[in-house]
Amino acid sequence: MNNCTERIYNGLVKENPTFVLMLGMCPTLAVTTSAINGVGMGLSTTVVLVLSNMLISMLRKIIPDSVRMPAFIVVVASFVTIVQFLLEGFVPSLYDSLGIYIPLIVVNCIILGRAESYASKNPVLPSIFDGIGMGLGFTVGLTAIGVVREVIGTGAAFGKQILPLADAAAGTGGYVPVTIFILPPGAFLVLAFLVALQNKVRSNAAKKGKKVPEASGCKEGCGSCGNGGCSGKVFPTGNEK
Amino acid sequence: MKELLIIAIGSALVNNVVLSQFLGICPFLGVSKKVDTAAGMGGAVVFVITIASLVTSLIYKFILMPLGFEYLQTIVFILIIAALVQFVEMFLKKAMPPLYNALGVYLPLITTNCAVLGVALTNVQKEYNILQGVINGIGTSVGFLIAIVVMAGIREKIEYNDISESFQGTPIVLVTATLMAIAFCGFSGLI
Repeated sequence: MNNCTERIYNGLVKENPTFVLMLGMCPTLAVTTSAINGVGMGLSTTVVLVLSNMLISMLRKIIPDSVRMPAFIVVVASFVTIVQFLLEGFVPSLYDSLGIYIPLIVVNCIILGRAESYASKNPVLPSIFDGIGMGLGFTVGLTAIGVVREVIGTGAAFGKQILPLADAAAGTGGYVPVTIFILPPGAFLVLAFLVALQNKVRSNAAKKGKKVPEASGCKEGCGSCGNGGCSGKVFPTGNEK
Repeated sequence: MKELLIIAIGSALVNNVVLSQFLGICPFLGVSKKVDTAAGMGGAVVFVITIASLVTSLIYKFILMPLGFEYLQTIVFILIIAALVQFVEMFLKKAMPPLYNALGVYLPLITTNCAVLGVALTNVQKEYNILQGVINGIGTSVGFLIAIVVMAGIREKIEYNDISESFQGTPIVLVTATLMAIAFCGFSGLI
């Protein structure tokens, strides 16, 4: 059980996919216009991640090495389709606001990355907990960014108005929302500050001689990223010998 | 004709694939250091998305719909795109070596580019017919080409600037993307 709690801690803190590894940036930027959307996207991804980790770990001795990536993609895509139908049936409002980003969970590099680097090499139970940890880490990341954008952009959090808005007609003072934060440019801006903060933390840690796991996300492009989900391990990048 | 033009302009400028839909962020941040590599990547994306949107529309219309397998679209599309990119690469290598030399190294990177799957799914979601789907594909990918080339041009200039330590690298690129996204918001009144 110790191993399992370690996996959850690893996903939530040590290798947090959003704040430390910088994985899955497309959905991070796209759906964090509100905290609720962040939670919804995070939890949908978590469900897919846990189930695909479980199945891939079960099948790890059966799937031949040479066709493992197409096999992983089929497993992930199947679970994404199931999640898509469940959301459409039971949470239609969330389904509408996440839209095309639900089927795009398939190409989220967190999922294929965990399948390749963890689930395909480890027993079922730790793989499930690895999925839970990584998924929750992603959910926390998306929710945090969502809250920041929603509060600055609308003065609300989780749909509840927490900062009273200024009303020019009634002459009452209050918060004037910076609408750009819930528009696309705001996503880039929030992420820019997040990465800058991360750079700062990293350089401080490096000065103290501490080691922070490398960001394997999309910083230098797919060709150079060390993550199994989108480097040459999946499809040849043309850069290898 | 007018309707097709609206689709093309809408997908290229108004709903720019990178700057307002956030698809294809990876190559947008990764392969935008130099204008010529950015143009190569953009060209490869135009090529692949155009073919992929044609093939996926055809398969959706003539195989998945008649058989009632619409719900398999995500699985089928991702496999088609992966296979298609490999096939296009092999074909170009044999048949058109000059084009392969220009685009070759970027082709495999495109498989995991969510813009390709995104276009295929948008075509289904908006119930475009095959021609509209292809036009949407071309528009989207040209939008990507514009965004990545402009970004590369700006980044070549940023190289000479003095940037505070924490903002070097990705953060300043993202700030640039913010400003570009604000500029592209200006297109929203176009259609």
